[in-house]
Amino acid sequence: MKPTKFSRFGTSHQAIWDWRAAGNFICGGAGSSLLAVSTFAAFPGVADGRLLLLAVLLIGAGLAFVWTEIGRPWRAFNVLFHPQTSWMTREAYVAALIVALLAAGAATGVAFLSHIASLAALLFLYCQGRILKAARGIPTWREPAIVPLIVATGLVEGLSLLVLIVTMQGAAVPAMFAALILLVALRAAAWLRYRSRMNASDMPLSTRRVLQSSHLAVLGVGTAVPLVAAALALAVPMAALAGALAALAAAVAGWHFKLLLITRAAQVQGYALGNKLRRGHPFAAR
Amino acid sequence: MTRYVMVADLNRCVGCQTCTASCKHTNATPPGVQWRKVLDVEMGEYPNVERLFMPVGCQHCSDPPCMEVCPSTATGQRKDGIVTIDYDLCIGCSYCAVACPYQARYKVEEARFAYSDGPTENEALRFDERRIGVAQKCTFCSDRVDAGLERGLTPGIDPDATPACANACIANALTFGDLEDRESNVSKLLTENTWFRMHEHLGTDPGFYYLWEEK
Repeated sequence: MKPTKFSRFGTSHQAIWDWRAAGNFICGGAGSSLLAVSTFAAFPGVADGRLLLLAVLLIGAGLAFVWTEIGRPWRAFNVLFHPQTSWMTREAYVAALIVALLAAGAATGVAFLSHIASLAALLFLYCQGRILKAARGIPTWREPAIVPLIVATGLVEGLSLLVLIVTMQGAAVPAMFAALILLVALRAAAWLRYRSRMNASDMPLSTRRVLQSSHLAVLGVGTAVPLVAAALALAVPMAALAGALAALAAAVAGWHFKLLLITRAAQVQGYALGNKLRRGHPFAAR
Repeated sequence: MTRYVMVADLNRCVGCQTCTASCKHTNATPPGVQWRKVLDVEMGEYPNVERLFMPVGCQHCSDPPCMEVCPSTATGQRKDGIVTIDYDLCIGCSYCAVACPYQARYKVEEARFAYSDGPTENEALRFDERRIGVAQKCTFCSDRVDAGLERGLTPGIDPDATPACANACIANALTFGDLEDRESNVSKLLTENTWFRMHEHLGTDPGFYYLWEEK
């Protein structure tokens, strides 16, 4: 896009949210998705309690990262004051709901509660996407295509963790590899859509470079390797390790993308002259 | 109804940063924090280059993205349009800062002063511990506006009811006033001149208008 006198200027990388914020999206995305996919895999029963515990710990770790980043940590509960419009508040409420439902499910043995918790986990993942979209000061975050991308990336991470764990336990089933192939393909589609939208925008050169390196990682490590390895695991029953490799590559690529998105591909909006010069009182049309 | 806005005349602004200095003096903002600042903008390519000076800061939007995302309700909006921060509620998550398309918000983690040997007399007098670890930004000098209104003064006309930056401007490039009043200083300026607002496409409805005659 050729610069004009109305182009944005003064863009610089935001230095406000750092790796700790990325940690929330990485751990929260993986944990919430692990909860959802492990419950789905065990449906209509209840997933292994250790998996559910790991999922909750990951969500908690993500929130703990954020807690270390806020300026007034002892006021942290004020985060709950604005559910009307703030997706950060909604994320906090959903996290609390997940913990409450899982605790109630563990205490009563009612499977339905953990099923509801897994739906809440998907909502948590959606909240994470909306948190980024609502950040209107960062063009790479506010792009609407970020929401399906964050959701898809989270789902891949959760399923990848599940595949890794069950493979280590020697209990991997072909359906998991098939699901991984499906989700990895979905994430690639979400990524390509996001990238094409960003390429069509006036993003700065530095952002373009970061997204280009992400492109190679997401499509190479995060898509091609998992697709081939998972297909091999499906085709050759003895090649379970290939499935683990697929899961590892898919998860690492997602985490790498999120880290870059928050810490390196987040140039601020900058400033610009308005290209709509008007004359007359702004309320004249009322 | 009242809607306070700022009008910046880019054809008048000389980039002297007196508004920046007066804001820093009035609000005792620490080094690196400029609630009001003036950008030195160069446009075009040699030899067809233009230069102008552009005052920026919080745009006191009608639809402020900072308020929408704030999880603690610390960011609010008065009936007169001024966007506020309740320092006692803010948790310092900086979500507002990444949501603001005008780079108007700051967070300071520890007390900092202009000189390393402690605060100046003015900084000591105006230091506010509540601003540490939370979001901060231009207030349109709402305390001056309110104090002036209590005395029956008119913001934008009477200096004691007008933001410090507009008072200090040597070129009369910054004008503060009530946009809802069709006879106000800002209404007349916008009626008689061409103007734009920054990043209007983002739907923020900013309360900062730039007068500009494009050459």
